[in-house]
Amino acid sequence: MDALNAVTAADLIADPMLPRQFRIAQVTREVPGVFTWTLKSLDRRGFGFQPGQFNMVWLPGVGEIPLSISGDCREPYTLVHTIRAVGPVTNMMQQARPGTVVGVRGPFGRPWPIEAAVGCDVIFVTSTVGLAPLRPLIVEVLHRRDDFGKVVICYGSRGTEDILFEADLHEWRARFDTNVHVTVHAAHSGYRGRVGGVAAAINIARIDGAATQAFVCRSEALTRQAVATLGERGVTGDRVWVTLERSMKCGIGLCGHCQFGPSFMCKDGPIYRFDQIEALYSVREL
Amino acid sequence: MAIEGLARIVREQKMFAGLNEGFIELAAGCAKNVRFDADGYLFRTGEAADWLYLVRGGRVALEVVTPGRGAVQFLSLGAGEVVGISWLLPPFRWGYDARAVEPVRAVAMDARCLRDKCEADHDLGYAVLKRFLPVLVERLQATRLQMLDVYGAPR
Repeated sequence: MDALNAVTAADLIADPMLPRQFRIAQVTREVPGVFTWTLKSLDRRGFGFQPGQFNMVWLPGVGEIPLSISGDCREPYTLVHTIRAVGPVTNMMQQARPGTVVGVRGPFGRPWPIEAAVGCDVIFVTSTVGLAPLRPLIVEVLHRRDDFGKVVICYGSRGTEDILFEADLHEWRARFDTNVHVTVHAAHSGYRGRVGGVAAAINIARIDGAATQAFVCRSEALTRQAVATLGERGVTGDRVWVTLERSMKCGIGLCGHCQFGPSFMCKDGPIYRFDQIEALYSVREL
Repeated sequence: MAIEGLARIVREQKMFAGLNEGFIELAAGCAKNVRFDADGYLFRTGEAADWLYLVRGGRVALEVVTPGRGAVQFLSLGAGEVVGISWLLPPFRWGYDARAVEPVRAVAMDARCLRDKCEADHDLGYAVLKRFLPVLVERLQATRLQMLDVYGAPR
């Protein structure tokens, strides 16, 4: 990948357990409870990653958590994480100001398999903050737009006030080569967009189901519904890629916190081909 | 010149796809073409569910009026989708408003007429139910997922 070529071998992981120091260059309040950190490394070296990978990010004195990368993989000197404040660590992260130094280990995990989609129609299905882990892939697909057939983005939000990366969605929608369908669960009376579930957006997507690769990033409770709707459109499970979340700790498949059946999500995931994990989906203990 | 009936248009509706010709003719006998200007109401909460609508073009917002919030959209429907399920079962009254967000073209079906024909011919009734029940189930499932509110503030 071109972006990786811009990074020297020395920039890649030396010791995966040793954090590199990054300074928060910018904090962007995206929507209520969601913010984006733009990070710059103190050692001025680049940070190569592929779309879909995640980092273990450490806020000193608070804790270390897995965060997916939401920036452009062709900009290795700018590391971007979009974070939803849901727990003790992310709530403290929300209070961090520009200039704060954090530790970053990574990148970890298998990336979205972009090469599998070359020559195919591509559909992205996501909701609310799920757009963050998909954003690097969408951006990369648009960088390489001629390599793909139709590109459709189906995005669902709870309401009109929490549409993440709204400027990006407008920009992508304005392109003549990309279809963007945004749905919200509820809206005020004057709203002129689509109201309802993401399934409705998948239903109207102009894709050739038999030649489509789907990339899904939603809560697991909602993923199954999206996969079922994709199936009705002819996109079978062997062409549906989903991302999952578990309690990653070490990031390199040693500690076992993120074990998911026979795999460790931090190194074998978090991206999986749906048909390969479908049976595990109904195992409650996982 | 022969005047073309609505059978062709009814046949083209996703909701009636695959229905046999005899049933199509019976259903078309209850149908008429309608259009609504933007902000026109197809029906309002509490009114008798005497018509259902198969949208051919435009967008319809389903809304409930909530004290303090005004009208809130909970679903919007476009071409190929059906507006109105409440006509199927007693008390045959709408539980929400249906408003045209933009100019809407639709096939309106006289619900009493269709109910009577379904009652008289249970084969037709079963065929119609098989087409409308999946819509009901689909919307129920979507509502369940909405109620989960998995992306809401942690409780």
